[in-house]
Amino acid sequence: MTAQAGAVIAQIAVLLFLSPLITGFTRTLKARLQMRRGPGILQPYRDLHKLLQKGMVIPDTASWIFTATPYVLFATTLLAGLLIPTISAQAPLSLFGGVLAVVYLLALGRFFLALGGLDTGSSFGGLGSSREMTISAIAEPALMLAVFTVAIGAGSTNLSTVAQAGLGQSWRFLAPSEMLAFAALFIVLIAETGRIPVDNPATHLELTMIHEAMILEYSGPYLALIEWSAAMKQLVLMTLLVNIFFPFGLSPGWWRPDMLLSLLLFSLKLLLLAAFVVLVETSNAKLRIFRVPELLAVAFVLSAMALISTFLF
Amino acid sequence: MWPIGELYIAGLCAYSLGIAGGLGAHATRVARPWLPAVLCFLSLTGSLCEFGASVGGLLRTTEPSWSLPSGVPYLSYTVRLDPLAAFFTMALSLLAACVSVYSFGYISHSVARRSPGLFCALLNLLLLALTLVFTASNILFFLIAWELTAVAAYFLVVFDHESAESRSGGLLYFLMSRGGTGMLFAGFLLLASAAGSLEFSALHGIGQQLPPFLGAGAFLFLFFGFGVKAGIIPLHIWLPAAHPVAPSNVSALMSGIVIKAGIYGMARVFFDFYGALPVWAGMLVLVVGVVSALLGVLYALMEHDLKRLLAYHSIENIGIILMGFGSALLFRAFGHPDLAALALIAGLFHTLNHGVFKCLLFLGAGSVLQATHTRNMEKMGGLIRRMPSTALYFLIGAIAISGLPPLNGFVSEWFTYQALLAGFGATPALTRLAFPIAGALLALTAALAAACFVKAFGITFLALPRSEEAGHAKEVSLSMQSGMALLALACVLLGLGATWFLPVFDPITTAAVGVAASKDLVAGNGFLLTAGSVVRGTVSTAVIALALVLLGAAPLLLWVVWGRKSARLTGPTWDCGLPGLTAENEYTATAFSKPLRMIFAAIFRPRREIQAEYEVSPYYPKSIHFESEIEPTFEARIYEPLREAVLSVSTRMRKLQPGSIHLYLAYAFVTLILLLLFGVRG
Repeated sequence: MTAQAGAVIAQIAVLLFLSPLITGFTRTLKARLQMRRGPGILQPYRDLHKLLQKGMVIPDTASWIFTATPYVLFATTLLAGLLIPTISAQAPLSLFGGVLAVVYLLALGRFFLALGGLDTGSSFGGLGSSREMTISAIAEPALMLAVFTVAIGAGSTNLSTVAQAGLGQSWRFLAPSEMLAFAALFIVLIAETGRIPVDNPATHLELTMIHEAMILEYSGPYLALIEWSAAMKQLVLMTLLVNIFFPFGLSPGWWRPDMLLSLLLFSLKLLLLAAFVVLVETSNAKLRIFRVPELLAVAFVLSAMALISTFLF
Repeated sequence: MWPIGELYIAGLCAYSLGIAGGLGAHATRVARPWLPAVLCFLSLTGSLCEFGASVGGLLRTTEPSWSLPSGVPYLSYTVRLDPLAAFFTMALSLLAACVSVYSFGYISHSVARRSPGLFCALLNLLLLALTLVFTASNILFFLIAWELTAVAAYFLVVFDHESAESRSGGLLYFLMSRGGTGMLFAGFLLLASAAGSLEFSALHGIGQQLPPFLGAGAFLFLFFGFGVKAGIIPLHIWLPAAHPVAPSNVSALMSGIVIKAGIYGMARVFFDFYGALPVWAGMLVLVVGVVSALLGVLYALMEHDLKRLLAYHSIENIGIILMGFGSALLFRAFGHPDLAALALIAGLFHTLNHGVFKCLLFLGAGSVLQATHTRNMEKMGGLIRRMPSTALYFLIGAIAISGLPPLNGFVSEWFTYQALLAGFGATPALTRLAFPIAGALLALTAALAAACFVKAFGITFLALPRSEEAGHAKEVSLSMQSGMALLALACVLLGLGATWFLPVFDPITTAAVGVAASKDLVAGNGFLLTAGSVVRGTVSTAVIALALVLLGAAPLLLWVVWGRKSARLTGPTWDCGLPGLTAENEYTATAFSKPLRMIFAAIFRPRREIQAEYEVSPYYPKSIHFESEIEPTFEARIYEPLREAVLSVSTRMRKLQPGSIHLYLAYAFVTLILLLLFGVRG
């Protein structure tokens, strides 16, 4: 029981303190690829620290939904993170919800975030909410089909079981179904975390913005919570990708001597994936919003092919 | 000893008293302020009695059954509370009780106040007839109750008979309902001819004894006959026309439970009258389910009439229920009774859950309608400040219907996903592909439903009021709030306590597929829901809820760590430098769903028209007229040609009826001769 509680606390710490690092790393790497110096890897921590100390302005049109949203978003993202394996193949709370719970917890957070956007009464909030819900809806079939492919392969929707099934067979990711499902989920990752070519995370000023438009009215500690949740969501989705498809080196349990190696490998895999995301982001232009469905249709076709190839090969 | 029979009879008596009292008051023009309260109290008593009886029926192993001879051949008033009947009666009584509580306050503020006696009589009649539909165990008795339900529902839909919309919606409902009953007659006659009896008990497993061709015919007649009532696509067009125009408490019952009579009929046919159905039948149900779910939610997204939006969501949820039923049929056909039980539970649980949250949402819409006098969402907004309780209950319903954890909608959708997932491994060849594709489309449906309810809640309740009525809205009466609160509580309890509720399905699945699944679906001392075994997947809504509360409180710790009490100011929303934020700056419901309208343009075939008037330059218009609509595909492409065909055929048929008595006598004579010849041959 204490080991379990320790695992929960350790995983919360990983989620809370690793997520700004990934965000910082992607920003810095992107800056370097664009021949800029960038603010440094640790900048997100400094931002959070500063935002948490600042005062905030609540719009006078807003109701309690606006106030509740940061808390709900924070809780749902953190809980989703506790259901997936990070530095150990055994996720602390994996028994209490599998991959479906992860997807739907993130959806619950998004539901409130979109309401928070509408609550301010500004057109930007509505614009962001509308687009966020649209894009997440059309990303959903590809996401679910890819998830189904993985779950069918492992015979379980429980992510710890999936990761442990993968531990024995490190080269499984070379199977066509796995590669196709990975490609599909990668596109979904881009869409869900609001990166170019779907959304531009670095702008508050474009009429094309999605995530930033929803949170335009948030400030101070609430903004910190939302930014932190966004970073954690990115970490959760990236972890899902690396630990489901490349579980090698993952420690099968908690508090074992190989945990340290596991943590090291995990961070390395995450950084590689983040670098890949940055590469995609730098080498592509942002799509028109009505071209995004085509991109997500590609993801859907990829995951359908992944599914079909599970019983062809 | 649970007095099941006594409770059942007492419930029927209470409803009958309500009918008699209401009609009496209406006929004698007695108008007392306490009259509606007494009549609503009678329906409340009736539903509580029926609730007790049905719970007793579910707990008892023997099937309580009573029969009265009628004197008419083939008709007997047989009533049987077998598990399936008891389950649907329980769902009905639960919703009826909450709606009765709501009606105490609602009637005096709605169109029903014009003749409250008649309204309450019809409401009691609807509940009585529906109870009989679920419990009748003789084909003729069932059909009589079925028609009685349709008649009561028709009069309730057109209760606001001064509105042309009500009249035409009611008429469409009545006509399509007739068509459905016609199909039911055909299907039941085929079954009864094989059984040689009209008692349901004699029909058990009769489907396989028919020759395959007739068996398939009877299945199709019954599936589509019940499908009209359930509102499956393409037989759905009456539903968005009739449900919204009824008084809101009636809409709640119609969407919550009256359409479930169709689901009850299907469950009865699929799992009682047919012991086995071929693979194509299961596939048909699954495909109809997927199509209804997806198109239902897509049409819902385009609505900005709050009640029509909810009505389209009923079609969506019927589709989700049928996905469960279709998978159950496929599993049974391929010899996996345990998976069939899982899929059947998914469907039945979603039937109850949808009843609860849809009833809640319609009651919420009714409260909003009463406060703002409009169903148009574009004229609402900001109601969360003026109607905080209604807003909270509506939000709970919206989260539940979007299938989000930890409420009840999530649980039944989770079971549906698990059933579809299991289908891939358990069925051969190409059939297996249907399951994950259906799962992906269910995911799309659920995500679109979430988008739709962000719109419904956000535009209706949040930000600034868009009209004067919305600005002056008042919270509804305590009884209306209590009705909604009870249903919201049911959403929470059915979600968090799902593991304790599952044993209710054991007698049903045992009767249907021979497996009592609940002990396999629950693990971990009753805290885990599983997909048949712990390995396949587990979830715990109770733990998720607890963890959300704890983690949601975590930021409070952060505030402590960072110490400094940060200043919290209230200021205006950024208005792009224009003078003051007004309701015109807000995103509208139409704008919210615009991206989806463009993405699914192939389905919606949207049309829009913009006219701008200007004097100097087109960049400074004086006034802009914007019009946008989507093509009502089914109405325009199927039903309109059908209507014209019927009219042209009947115009030609009129030549047979020229008004000459001699000709009519000749018709009668020829018919008689033909019948005699037919009799001699036979």
